[in-house]
Amino acid sequence: MLRHVTQLLTRSVTTLVLVLLAAFALTRIAYRDPATMLAPRNAGQEGIDAVARALRLDDPWYLQLKHYLFRGPDIQGAPMGLVNWPPALGYSFRQNTPVTELILSKVPVTASLALGALVIWMTLSLVFGVEAARREGTAIDHGLSALAYVALSLPTFLTGMLLSYFLFFTLSTHGIYLFPSSGYVPLTENPFEWARHLLLPWLTLAIAEIGIFQRVVRGSMLEVLGTDFIRTARAKGLSEQVVHYRHALKAALNPVITLGGLELAVIMGGAIVTETIFGLDGVGRLAVNAALEGDFPVVIGTTVFAAAVFVTCSFIVDIATKLREPLRT
Amino acid sequence: MPDLWTEPVGVDTLTDTPPRNGRRLFTALMGDRSARLGLWTVVLVILAALTAPLVAVLVGHGATEQFRETALDASGIPVGPSSTFWLGADGEGRDVLVRTLYGTRISLLVGIPATTLAMVIGTIVGVASGLTGGIFDRVTGQMIDMVLSFPFIVTALSLLALNRGPDGQPVVSPLVVVIVIIAAFTWTYFARLSRGLTVTLRSRPFVDAAVTLGAKRRWILFQEVLPNVLPVVVVYWAVQLPASIVAEATLSFLGVGIQAPTPSLGNMIADAQRTSLYQVQPWYLLGPAIALFVIVLGFNAFSSGLRNVLDPKGR
Repeated sequence: MLRHVTQLLTRSVTTLVLVLLAAFALTRIAYRDPATMLAPRNAGQEGIDAVARALRLDDPWYLQLKHYLFRGPDIQGAPMGLVNWPPALGYSFRQNTPVTELILSKVPVTASLALGALVIWMTLSLVFGVEAARREGTAIDHGLSALAYVALSLPTFLTGMLLSYFLFFTLSTHGIYLFPSSGYVPLTENPFEWARHLLLPWLTLAIAEIGIFQRVVRGSMLEVLGTDFIRTARAKGLSEQVVHYRHALKAALNPVITLGGLELAVIMGGAIVTETIFGLDGVGRLAVNAALEGDFPVVIGTTVFAAAVFVTCSFIVDIATKLREPLRT
Repeated sequence: MPDLWTEPVGVDTLTDTPPRNGRRLFTALMGDRSARLGLWTVVLVILAALTAPLVAVLVGHGATEQFRETALDASGIPVGPSSTFWLGADGEGRDVLVRTLYGTRISLLVGIPATTLAMVIGTIVGVASGLTGGIFDRVTGQMIDMVLSFPFIVTALSLLALNRGPDGQPVVSPLVVVIVIIAAFTWTYFARLSRGLTVTLRSRPFVDAAVTLGAKRRWILFQEVLPNVLPVVVVYWAVQLPASIVAEATLSFLGVGIQAPTPSLGNMIADAQRTSLYQVQPWYLLGPAIALFVIVLGFNAFSSGLRNVLDPKGR
């Protein structure tokens, strides 16, 4: 186990380092004349020169990289490099904020979005999946799998638009204001408004995921239901409810956990489409706007952030499923 | 977004005897409800894409032609469905039906090459690392990890910025860039799948036997490995195709894929949303939206049916 963990850890860290290097290279190649792009909008030649100096843009690339990692631009005497304390991912001259701070300020929005959607999609997928497996071949099973197909075939941006059209626009023309069309209210400020503002985005993400997960749960359940261990449970005289939801589901959960962790990681790294449609100011929007404007310290920062979330989640998922292994029949 | 969910087709496929000959495969497909439905939808979609220019001639509207006098009313609101504009017009006075058909064309023109390119690259890398093993295998594994943890859309945006020449005009056609971007992310799934298959095959008795008999590497590759890997990979191509189509639509929806005035289902939907005109002329949105949904649903149903038929033990 320990050996496995060390191997996994090495691999994860290598992945992150590679992502950082690739993101750095990509942005340096992709954006021409970076100093002008990075400088604040109304900056004169002096401001542009200052940015070029702060990022050592005139140096060869390996010196730029070294500078980026080990020192970073000095902002009021504080280095903004990754290998300093506190570690930072550079500085956005456009927004006059350290990149790390910028990302961390957007995390609550994206995390609320991702975790709420996770709760909805997991609950519904587990119930739908188990019920479909229980009634394999019946009309309910076919109906549920048809629903899963429809959900699976709706691109996220379409689901989002349809939801906001029917549940926001149509209702509001009838004078019913159930959901706001966009915006975000922090959980700590007003939990009710927080949920009300996030419900449509949650549904948008959840619908797509249910289409995937319902089928995964069903498939995994069917596999488990055919094993001796379930026959034993039934022979012991346990009720069907207990057999399905306690015994079988527990054993069928591994693929669901693996996939769930990865999907969650992708959304946590920035749910760009959903955030854009519902005007949520999350990590995804930050990343896209930065990429469109050419604010590349932020592009590198958000890329590394997304990769870090992904790598961490896959690490946790891997360990969790390994630990659960004795449960597998 | 390339998906992480599609489970690789099991190696079990190899041990079963799937219907290899064309006619039997077709009969089996027609026996599966999902495959039948999918196949008809796919045929319909391909026909729609092929007949786009024909319809354009028939109704006399080009895909990018604007008919401001006839298609927009006095206040600039597009007309609804009529005998001249079958699905109404869009905010610029263009024919929604013709644009939807051309958009369907773009979906296929991006989705099919992108998935195919990914399949070719992924299979070569996967089979090579499965056969050679050792350091090469480890390096490719690490590379795949890296690509998988890269956020798709942000990278796509940076690459599109890279494509902008000094004068602000794209250097190569955005169509090509979108294809390359989608393939650059999708090949990893094919590589993982074909590597897994190759490693399993390598330990099978018939490959051992060939090695014992002194078979050359080339023989093992072409006679033992590829014939068993390719069918599975091709099925996975069908699974991955709808995901590539959605990826193109999403990029275009966000304004970074296919650029207006070239119609793509994604940028048409974005237009409808941005101008809010779909609230008075719903077909402006519904045309491309239904088309996209039907395309993706059709390919999903077809590929899932194909898997049912070829891999009866799977889901």
